Amino acid sequence: MSPSNTTPSPTYAVRTKNAGPFWLTIDIFCDDKPTFWRLREDPRLCAQAIGDLLRTDANSVKIFHIDALDVIKISLPRPVVQGAVADRDMHGAQWAYLLQEQLEKPQ
Amino acid sequence: MSHPVKVLVPSGSIGTGARPQQPFDLGVSLKPDVIAVDGGSTDSGPHYLGSGTAKCSHGSLRAELKLLMEARHNLGVPLIVGSCGTCGSDQGVDLMRDICRGLAEELGHAVRVTCIYSEQSAATVKTALAEGRIGHLAPRMEIDDSLIDRCSHIVAAMGVEPIIHALREGADIVLAGRATDTALMAAVPIMRGAHAGAAWHAGKILECGAFCTTKPASGAVMATIDDTGFTIHALADGAEATPRTVLAHMLYENANPYELTEPGGALNVEAARYAALDERNVRVEGSTWTPNGVYTVKLEGAAPAGFQGVSLCIIRSPDYIARFDEWLTLLELKVRGNIQAQLKLAPEAYDLQFRAIGRDAVLGGLESRRGDPVEIGVMAVVTTPEAARTKEIIKLLSPPMLHFPLPDDPVTATHAFPLSPSSMDRGVVYEFVLNHVMVVSDPLAPFRFVSSNFGRMQ
Repeated sequence: MSPSNTTPSPTYAVRTKNAGPFWLTIDIFCDDKPTFWRLREDPRLCAQAIGDLLRTDANSVKIFHIDALDVIKISLPRPVVQGAVADRDMHGAQWAYLLQEQLEKPQ
Repeated sequence: MSHPVKVLVPSGSIGTGARPQQPFDLGVSLKPDVIAVDGGSTDSGPHYLGSGTAKCSHGSLRAELKLLMEARHNLGVPLIVGSCGTCGSDQGVDLMRDICRGLAEELGHAVRVTCIYSEQSAATVKTALAEGRIGHLAPRMEIDDSLIDRCSHIVAAMGVEPIIHALREGADIVLAGRATDTALMAAVPIMRGAHAGAAWHAGKILECGAFCTTKPASGAVMATIDDTGFTIHALADGAEATPRTVLAHMLYENANPYELTEPGGALNVEAARYAALDERNVRVEGSTWTPNGVYTVKLEGAAPAGFQGVSLCIIRSPDYIARFDEWLTLLELKVRGNIQAQLKLAPEAYDLQFRAIGRDAVLGGLESRRGDPVEIGVMAVVTTPEAARTKEIIKLLSPPMLHFPLPDDPVTATHAFPLSPSSMDRGVVYEFVLNHVMVVSDPLAPFRFVSSNFGRMQ
């Protein structure tokens, strides 16, 4: 049994991946319905905030709320095309931490 | 009513490494109607399509293909391998064909092997462009003849029709160039008259092997597709397939979780229902397939982006770590000044990036956190249009990266080089430049079929 004063583990997990060379897709897996409902209303997960965070056009950000899985899925054109000379993350996998840490900051 | 069709997928991608034998053997014992696996993707980057070469080791490809050919022979069913050689280039298909021929001889199998080549000539694509048969996908990228000429390789992703054609012509083994992962798994169910929505949807869920189960790294998975839907079967010891694990795979590497555009039509899974039959089997019904009015194939093209060289040094001195930003800014100014003074190159003549490994190398300007690193690797990346120019710049980087001091450092600074030579010539690097579809008159038209008999006739 863990001590009661430890920080609770996050009730969601963020995964990012390429969806082809030109798109990045972010899946936020919530552990329960309250987390899902809280995060789907979170202003840090609206198209404008995602566009600002990843420096891409907010109009091209697509957001899906998948009730059956308690997943919020966000897809956007990759800020840098996969594998281009300026790309630093070939598989698009590390962008997740940027968003996860953003969500963990006190509002 | 059509006969249910069992599709065995040995792994997410052929040649990516050894996996437990048990799930595959269990799948084989359940008498699948076809074994299908993909061999590539764009996910590893533009180098493979740009160069036409494969990422996987020859030894891994051979070891895994041998296993599949033995199972295929014992079962007497077709084997389909798609996106051969990572990028689906003609060289990739030939690589798999040569391995397959050698194995057929070694195993004493007499097999009819059909290679389906998917590379498109620049002339073909230019003709399609002139005839208004090239469509843009989002995000829009402009296309003209000169861009098409820049591509070193262009492939078209095939749907189910070329694979079905090869099987109807008698192929035991189909080695396909670039194909959608989904099409490889959907081809035989569709050929045998199964529900089209179910076949394509099962294909998407199966594409990464056991990723749709609770043991994603375990390799093999199987599905049965019939007139009304499909059932996913977990095969690995202790693995479960649940509505959640199956549905979750619709999200994987896919921008839209409800719709998948495929050659010739679109899969829609918005109304799909997922039901657990038991811990290892999930039933899915309700997905739909809508054929398109016109038949399109997606094009993938990679073009040279320049000649690249890389140099790496490591900073460990606490004084330099403490003032790293200042040091790196001054180093870059110094290097750019040297390039201007000694090589007479304007800033537009080269691309130079310094990436601080251990600080913000992955996210660059987007990074919002600052840690307290003990050491920082400094990677310089140089890209220019000429091999000789890149080499000159890389050589010019070495002295300052070894000795560049902070302005008030009284002693000679010497930083760490982990390698000799201190720079790496990476040769040509590529970039993806096509995000387009091509309208074709016939699903077979963009592809070339070559059939051969390998091994001893018995």
